[in-house]
Amino acid sequence: MTVIHERDSNPAAGDADRPVGYGRIQRKEDPRFVRGKGHYIDDLVLPGMLHGAILRAPVAHARLVSIDTTNALAHPKVLAVITGKDLEGLKLAWAPTLSADVQAVLVTDKVRFQGQEVAFVVAEDRYAARDALELIDVEYDVLPPLVDARKALDADAPVIRDEIPGRTDNKIFDWEIGNAAETEALFASADVVVRQEMVYPRVHPAPMETCGAVADFDAVNGKLTLYETTQAPHAHRTLFAIVAGIPEHKIRIVSPDIGGGFGNKVGIYPGYILAVVGSIVTGRPVKWVEDRSENLMSTSFARDYIMEGEIAATKDGKILALRTNVLADHGAFNATAQPTKTPAGFFSIFTGSYDLQAAYCKVTGVYTNKAPGGVAYACSFRVTEAVYLVERMVDILARKLDMDPAELRLKNFIKPEQFPYANKTGWVYDSGNYEAAMRKSMELAGYEDLRREQVEKRAKGELMGIGISFFTEVVGAGPRKHFDIVGLGMADGAELRVHPTGKAVVRISVQSQGQGHETTFAQIVAEELGIPPENIDVVHGDTDQTPFGLGTYGSRSTPVSGGAVALVARKVREKAKLIAAAMLETRPEDLEWEKGRWFVKGDPTAGKTIEDIAMAAHGTMTLPEGIDGNLDAEVTYDPPNLTFPFGAYICVVDIDPGTGHVKVRRFIAVDDCGTRINPMIIEGQVHGGLTDGVGMALMEIIEFDADGNNLGGSFMDYLIPTAMEVPDWETGFTVTPSPHHPIGAKGIGESATVGSPPAIVNAVVDALAPYGVVHMDMPCTPARVWEAMQGRPRPPI
Amino acid sequence: MQIPASFDYVRASTVDDALELLARHGPESRVIAGGHSLLPMMKLRLARPEWLIDINDLFELDFILLDGDRLRVGALTRHTALLESTEVARLFSIISDAEAVIADPVVRNRGTIGGSLCQADPAEDLSTVCDVLRAVAVVRGPGGERLVDMNDFHRGPYETAVAPDELLCEVRFPVRPRSGSAYEKVERRVGDWAVAAAGAAISLAEDGSVEAAAIGLTALGLDGTVAEAEAVLLGRQPSEELFVEAGRLAAIACDPVADQRGQIDYKRHLADELTRRVLRQACARAAQTQEG
Repeated sequence: MTVIHERDSNPAAGDADRPVGYGRIQRKEDPRFVRGKGHYIDDLVLPGMLHGAILRAPVAHARLVSIDTTNALAHPKVLAVITGKDLEGLKLAWAPTLSADVQAVLVTDKVRFQGQEVAFVVAEDRYAARDALELIDVEYDVLPPLVDARKALDADAPVIRDEIPGRTDNKIFDWEIGNAAETEALFASADVVVRQEMVYPRVHPAPMETCGAVADFDAVNGKLTLYETTQAPHAHRTLFAIVAGIPEHKIRIVSPDIGGGFGNKVGIYPGYILAVVGSIVTGRPVKWVEDRSENLMSTSFARDYIMEGEIAATKDGKILALRTNVLADHGAFNATAQPTKTPAGFFSIFTGSYDLQAAYCKVTGVYTNKAPGGVAYACSFRVTEAVYLVERMVDILARKLDMDPAELRLKNFIKPEQFPYANKTGWVYDSGNYEAAMRKSMELAGYEDLRREQVEKRAKGELMGIGISFFTEVVGAGPRKHFDIVGLGMADGAELRVHPTGKAVVRISVQSQGQGHETTFAQIVAEELGIPPENIDVVHGDTDQTPFGLGTYGSRSTPVSGGAVALVARKVREKAKLIAAAMLETRPEDLEWEKGRWFVKGDPTAGKTIEDIAMAAHGTMTLPEGIDGNLDAEVTYDPPNLTFPFGAYICVVDIDPGTGHVKVRRFIAVDDCGTRINPMIIEGQVHGGLTDGVGMALMEIIEFDADGNNLGGSFMDYLIPTAMEVPDWETGFTVTPSPHHPIGAKGIGESATVGSPPAIVNAVVDALAPYGVVHMDMPCTPARVWEAMQGRPRPPI
Repeated sequence: MQIPASFDYVRASTVDDALELLARHGPESRVIAGGHSLLPMMKLRLARPEWLIDINDLFELDFILLDGDRLRVGALTRHTALLESTEVARLFSIISDAEAVIADPVVRNRGTIGGSLCQADPAEDLSTVCDVLRAVAVVRGPGGERLVDMNDFHRGPYETAVAPDELLCEVRFPVRPRSGSAYEKVERRVGDWAVAAAGAAISLAEDGSVEAAAIGLTALGLDGTVAEAEAVLLGRQPSEELFVEAGRLAAIACDPVADQRGQIDYKRHLADELTRRVLRQACARAAQTQEG
């Protein structure tokens, strides 16, 4: 593996491998995880705990005729069977989604997707709960399902949401942005116009740990403690207060170690609510943990965009305008979890990394008889779809113009001096140096040599492809005035306490699902205060112990909470300065900071370390006026803008001409996430995202048959990549700090997932150029590649 | 966690003990070895045996033994053991080829040849391998031991000649001189069931012409081997033209179904393509033994 190592110079560290502050250090949480000592939701056992299981609909669309729970209730270990009718009595049958819609907690009137929640059994153990599901007798009146989103708006399409008064069709929204007239004018006069329909198929986050909860309602003091797999504990607390009518101060949400989220654990699923209802009904704690099929079939999917792209350019390769028309399949309920005020999330950044003169986008959202969701899935709220669209279109244009795709991109990039750059759909990109990243990636790849090799291979009938993707991410939602989740603004709190001996605890609102928060946030404090990371405890995942904030998704932890943590540490540093001045009997303005200590300007021997100051703050000396006897602080950080990480990816594939099998031979990823806190964690995030990209590009899809049966309900059918499908990743970086972020960091969590699928597909299409292939949709399975080679590429849906 | 329906469980200590347990618990009992097919089916409640009879202690069925002109493999032999056996690799490259692409190391460490054959999944690799190698199954039941040719062993998807009160104990592979064999599979991902696969075994006469040939296809809806394609090879000198013709006949002979792994035309194409590849490889390997 080619890894470009770096060591940030850090005089306070003494050892370049163990810096105080930023740098490559091993994750603090790893000893726990590698020893199997992580504590996940299913590890939790409470005294008297019961177990819940959900009966799910076997069909996609059906009127519910009757439910008979008699036999299930007669099971000796069953304590309760809850149906939609019971929930109606509690006004809990329907819950609000995160997109101004409602979702059935349990079916009351009609089943709307296969796998939908029909009844909830609470039993003494999980085996009895599962067995009792088979004792519930449900009668369904099966209705014709709506599976194909393209037919959702047909006059004869079955109306899925007929429970909404006055609703006679399946349209959720029409939404547009950009300037249609200006765009049309450019298209009308352009030398070259190319057009392509492309599908980003429905895929699933598929975290290793499925979703689950343990609800513990204390009837005596009216307090609900809810342990759940959530990426956003505080947002969930407020939502549970709204949904369940429990006062917010009586709710504690605890999110233990989480085995992967990728957006799958942002929303509130019926199972969480049912665990709460089960605990209230039985008076005992209730655990509910879904199995793999339940996770794949009922929880938030991602993507499912049918996109028509059009690009206009001059004949010498200057891109003028971009236009797209999208059909978005949102499933049976509009439950997209995203914080923007637009129904397509951040998709409007589809103008990508290019300096265009006009752009226009229209998105139509429809209901179908499929599971709801469309949540992030490491996609930055639809940036994944946007980047895929523009990067495929640019490649198609390059083919049309017979230009090298790298050259075409270099010709059209937004230039460094144009930042901050306002694009044509309302975004202001904070900073970037795209050409530098592109050239670095080409250099690492040996781009010219690869092209030469390709020519030689083609002459021998071998299929080698080189694919480029250049992406601009938009992360770190976001400024309170623009972004919210059900009215909750997206500022994040942080609290820092330095104990008398100079050890510290920082409390944050965001919740790690594997991102390494316990290390990264300790390093930010370490960088600001000079306390070694191992002496800083990071507390997260418990609403009773942490300040308010909106949670971890959309790569927002470092951009938002990272800013909060840097600022709270600086606040402590300023307080330490005042105390140090008193200790040194000098004026604060005469002090100078070096990592870990304040000293008198011009007299480096006269200084006080953070440890000295912390002890003094908690000690007996007389503190300056207005200074409390501690070394603590708290802040809430409202980011002034989003951050815009970017990257240049190059993929090399070899395709077996006889079988259509694609082998990813090399993948070069140059990322720019601004200031790099822990390069090792960054590389880990990039490796994970790239692997995810291989999955989506080559194998992942949730398909449905004509009856609406989910064909991706297990890992036998829904394939995720293994070590065998991925190459040794070759990573590199450039650093363009965010000008508005306290430490210049931009976020990295989703960059690779966003950027890698188009690089791989571009490489596959490039390899198939001798067959005249201009486009093929994901997933590039052997069969689908072979069909493209036969001149009949097929959309996957 | 996916939870199977309730069942009882017992460990057999010997083959006789296992047969006695099968007789006692009747047709609702199932033998479990590696369990990598049966347990997922139970968890999905597609299989609901009342009794599981665990034969993992039957060490008498775990062996690879060259015995005269046949290789004897015990039914409890793990995939890993077959993959790592130099004897197997020397005599039957097709077994090594196939084992290398069966699932993943975790499955191979646990799964057995007997379990694979008795599960009889249409996409299962070792069934094709045993067909191609004209293997013989040794089956024991209340009435004693009987030998079953592979032609008779397979009775369709998930069905074999092994009766509910019988146990597959051994698989015997005839060793032929001047032979070579090969297996190749196309899969969407390592560890996925085959989109399609093909296996071939070739024995050459002293003059280098084909003396015996067997071609098998996996996941392509074919019972047994491709007799038509085998026939065109017999008595002829191996050549690319011959492989092309055999591939064409294999594509005609197979009867695939469309699914998420591919449409019918693609699968027929693979029958052709993979048949040519494995024949090429098997003939090259046979020629090598001749030279060696």
